[in-house]
Amino acid sequence: MDRSAHPDGGPAIAPPAVPGVLRAPSPPGGGALEVEPDLAAGAVEERISVATQWQLMWWRFRRHRLAMVATAIVAAFYAVVLAADFLAYAPPTASEAQRSLLPPQPVHWFDAGRWRPHVYGFTGVRDPLTLKRVYTPDPTKKIPLRFFASGFEYRVLGLVPARVHLLGVADGDAEATLFLLGTDEQGRDLWSRLMYATRTSLTIGLAGVGLSLVLGVLLGGVSGYYGGAIDTVIQRVIEILRSIPTIPLWMGLAAALPNDWTVGQVYFAITVIISLVGWTELARVVRGRFLALREEEFVMAAELAGCSQGRIIVSHLVPSFLSHIIAATTLAIPAMIISETSLSFLGLGLRPPAISWGVLLQQAQNIQALAISPWLLLPAIPVTVVIIAFNFMGDGLRDAADPYGQ
Amino acid sequence: MLAYLVHRLVLALLTIWAISVLAFVIIQLPPGDYITSYIAQMSASGGAVSEQEAEALRREYGLDQPLWVQYLRWMRQVVRGRFGMALEWKRPVSEVIGDRLWLTMVVSVAAILLTWLLALPIGIYSAVRQYSVGDYLATFVGFIGLAVPSFMLALVVMYLGFRYFDLSIGGLFSDEFVDAPWTLAKAWDMLKHLPLPALILGLAGTAQLIRIMRANLLDELRKPYVMTARARGVPERRVILKYPVRVALNPFASTIGYLLPYVVSGSIIVSLVLSLPTVGPLLLKALVAQDMFLAGTIVLLLGVLTVVGTFLSDLLLMWIDPRIRMEGRR
Repeated sequence: MDRSAHPDGGPAIAPPAVPGVLRAPSPPGGGALEVEPDLAAGAVEERISVATQWQLMWWRFRRHRLAMVATAIVAAFYAVVLAADFLAYAPPTASEAQRSLLPPQPVHWFDAGRWRPHVYGFTGVRDPLTLKRVYTPDPTKKIPLRFFASGFEYRVLGLVPARVHLLGVADGDAEATLFLLGTDEQGRDLWSRLMYATRTSLTIGLAGVGLSLVLGVLLGGVSGYYGGAIDTVIQRVIEILRSIPTIPLWMGLAAALPNDWTVGQVYFAITVIISLVGWTELARVVRGRFLALREEEFVMAAELAGCSQGRIIVSHLVPSFLSHIIAATTLAIPAMIISETSLSFLGLGLRPPAISWGVLLQQAQNIQALAISPWLLLPAIPVTVVIIAFNFMGDGLRDAADPYGQ
Repeated sequence: MLAYLVHRLVLALLTIWAISVLAFVIIQLPPGDYITSYIAQMSASGGAVSEQEAEALRREYGLDQPLWVQYLRWMRQVVRGRFGMALEWKRPVSEVIGDRLWLTMVVSVAAILLTWLLALPIGIYSAVRQYSVGDYLATFVGFIGLAVPSFMLALVVMYLGFRYFDLSIGGLFSDEFVDAPWTLAKAWDMLKHLPLPALILGLAGTAQLIRIMRANLLDELRKPYVMTARARGVPERRVILKYPVRVALNPFASTIGYLLPYVVSGSIIVSLVLSLPTVGPLLLKALVAQDMFLAGTIVLLLGVLTVVGTFLSDLLLMWIDPRIRMEGRR
């Protein structure tokens, strides 16, 4: 038995009575898990030769530990997208001048040795010299935290009305007493706003990438499949687009959006603007794959067998480069997120009342704001984490997309 | 070689044309035109413009003509170096932009030079000492550089500088030089302020370049000629520097093509955070005030300078890489 042949070198257990080969084809991600370790080398080889393309990819992807962790992080972020209302405990627009720029409240987990999470109440006074509000925590006023508490009303996935939130306070409303990450200048709770911002920023990344994908696959595919003059023109357009500094261009286009547009309209327009440039990389990947695959024997075989062009593209070419496109798409999402964040940070992208990471970071734009309220810089952390996670996940996918490669 | 040169030149000209069209679109996009803004500006300062006057002005500026005529008229002005008036400043656009355009380029080029300066030794080190602590460290810093948008990096650096070192980071000149005419002392002062913004701008590019350099050099080091050289007793330093590094050096020139637009882009937004006197803050101000001639001109000039820079890097690449130089002769 050659252990080194095993993708993850699990502990040695007796080989299963039924070789993996004979098992019913399992969906990628499911059955492969328990079959994988501990087969004789021959069986492993046989199993590889009958595995579907997606199974092979999954096996390879699973070996990439960092990519697996990154995928889990990305999944967690998208869980926040779905459950933003549940995770927030205050309506994101609830403002109150009496608690502007309140520093984050530390959570005290134990009270006199017993598990009783609570935060301290506070009193705020305006400093007569600096005109800045100064807050002092009041240790005698303990505000106990409750999980799954009732709070402001929202609709689950926009449909079912609900009031339950992950966090709340025992009695009274959380929006007036609980500020885990502090508040901004208008006294709005940063934690709750961060949840909603995550929803906006991550979906705009997906929407932008979706639009780029359509453009990229269409133009890249045409370019790669037909070649010749069309190819030359499209390639030149891509080269031109890539040699223009994008941010000034985006700024110019975004600034032209009418002021009276609704949040939804601006959201859509910004998505279009950032995907105007984003499609070029995807088009290059698609074209490259098309060019490489066009020469493959199985394509020629299909041609000789009398397949129509449409059939060759849909049932022979697309499955062989779909994985590459998925990988390239994953790698394109962080760029979209950065674009939106940058534009909104400049005040030219999404604008209040929309909430996105860039809109939140806009409040931390100058050193004065940072000096007084450094916690306003906190939204930078999720931005960084999600971008790194997407990068690692995309790297893992790209490696896995080529199951026979090293 | 000539074919390559002509190809790049034609492409550069096409790009400049595309940029000019885009800049014109940006000027035209907002509702109303120059005269509308002018009237608004006048009435804001107490003056009044009658309907007839407005019509006369429109005719004078050719705003009643079809769009393509307006575009051609604008281009004719631009080629002569006349970019129109900046509304807010009531001065010619070229005067308002002044030094700022060059400072933008100085900052961007400095970022790229620093990128090279850092990526070359670190890349070589990472490849030669693969999987060493230093290699992992470089990879880690590289990933941070890739993942953190430059403006966020600027914010964090600014905060850390303020919080722990009591420094106010920002600006490109010391106070006494801000409005001073150019002298050697002022240039020296600028050089002292340059490294930090350049580092912030260049970190992402550096990270990429280190990875490319490392991968290329690793490929080269596995080739038989390296082993031959070692077998013949060539000193290790010479083995590495003489050929493998030279071959692996190629991306340094070829990456300017996309590094420059990227860095120029980044400089706009980083300048805002660090209050550098580049065109970045000016562009934002112009856009917010809907001063479209100023904004369009900035977009145009930035684009053109970027294309020129990219073209120069193509020439450099041609000079470095014999494969391109010899192409026409085969």
